[in-house]
Amino acid sequence: MYAFDFERPKTLADAVKAMTDEDAVALSGGQTLIPSLKQRLAMPSKLVSLTGIDEIKGICVDDDGRVCIGAATIHADVAAQEYYPALAALASNVGDPAVRNRGTIGGSLANNDPSACYPAAALGSGAVIRTDKREIAADDYFTGMFETALEEGEIITEIKFPVPETAAYMKFEQPASRFALVGVFVAKYADGVRVAVTGASNEGVFRWSEAEAALGSDFSAGALDGLKLDGSNMISDVHGSGDYRAHIAKVMTKRAVEKAG
Amino acid sequence: MPQVSMTVNGKPATGEIEGRTLLVEFLRESLHLTGTHVGCDTSQCGACVVHVDGRDVKACTIFAAECEGAEVTTIEGMAADDGTLNKVQQAFQDHHGLQCGFCTPGMVMTAAALLEKNPNPSEEEIRSYLQGNICRCTGYHNIVKAIMAAAGQDTSKIAAE
Repeated sequence: MYAFDFERPKTLADAVKAMTDEDAVALSGGQTLIPSLKQRLAMPSKLVSLTGIDEIKGICVDDDGRVCIGAATIHADVAAQEYYPALAALASNVGDPAVRNRGTIGGSLANNDPSACYPAAALGSGAVIRTDKREIAADDYFTGMFETALEEGEIITEIKFPVPETAAYMKFEQPASRFALVGVFVAKYADGVRVAVTGASNEGVFRWSEAEAALGSDFSAGALDGLKLDGSNMISDVHGSGDYRAHIAKVMTKRAVEKAG
Repeated sequence: MPQVSMTVNGKPATGEIEGRTLLVEFLRESLHLTGTHVGCDTSQCGACVVHVDGRDVKACTIFAAECEGAEVTTIEGMAADDGTLNKVQQAFQDHHGLQCGFCTPGMVMTAAALLEKNPNPSEEEIRSYLQGNICRCTGYHNIVKAIMAAAGQDTSKIAAE
């Protein structure tokens, strides 16, 4: 690991100020960033730890009934909340127990790993990502593999999830990394169904609009029978070809619909 | 260099660190608490699991500076002052839950954290909770058996010896 300066502010305002330095990088739970630093894949001049800022931790429900989760809330605490069971179930299967005691929802969304679980929940729920500067709809937030709408130095502070009538996440796990080989989040709202697929596309998490339309008129696994995802732009690696991932994505979508009921 | 202060196994510990100093480096190199092992150093294997403010975490994937003011417990803090083993340690000995022993500190700390949250876990729950702890010797059977025994459960139905 290269040497860097380390700051651990207690308030969001101080963190925002610390992030104005060129090459400063925000550190949340560090479960991806610290291994990246060890491999010298990242070499920031300064790390700004967000784990000491109480105002961006915790879970509550706002006046619109949305579940609001502070960005520095660890996976274990998201898994323990009861306001949004499908989100709790997703969080309870991220990484392993020790990783869930350290990794945070905000860190995961800021990193936007194409195989991470949280992007599927945020996009599949139509969540709002609040930062120190603005609010970003999930539909505008995920812009590509490891890419987001966040600007330099911008810090996620909170994620607001509208709670669906029913929802479920199905993860086909890559057992060595425990990331999703493919994961699908299905959520049924009064005004329609949202389907978000992670782990599959070269562009990162995406919405499967054909499945959303089919499920909108008939919320059953059978409604997906005639649909097929195109595997040509899917991730193809030693763990599975693009066509394989496209196939698994459909199977996971069906299972998620069945689980959501 | 910046200073860090924390409580380790009930005793105050202070030291000079760099920003990049990992908790496991602080424990092993500054405090000479070498019971916490570094296996993979990539947060896969769990040999370095310790408790920070009551939660099991991988000490190779947290900076020492982030533990300012924290209560840290390592494997050295598990036995009583007179040397009497913690019930999890004793069960690992009784049920031969180790062979080479390298993974054992992390296994014990993870198992203790599980039993704190879930005093009566099923075999499936134990195996699931050990996802982040790798053992290349035992095949896990006796580790699972030891944890069931530490929870006061009947271990006779565990499949293999």
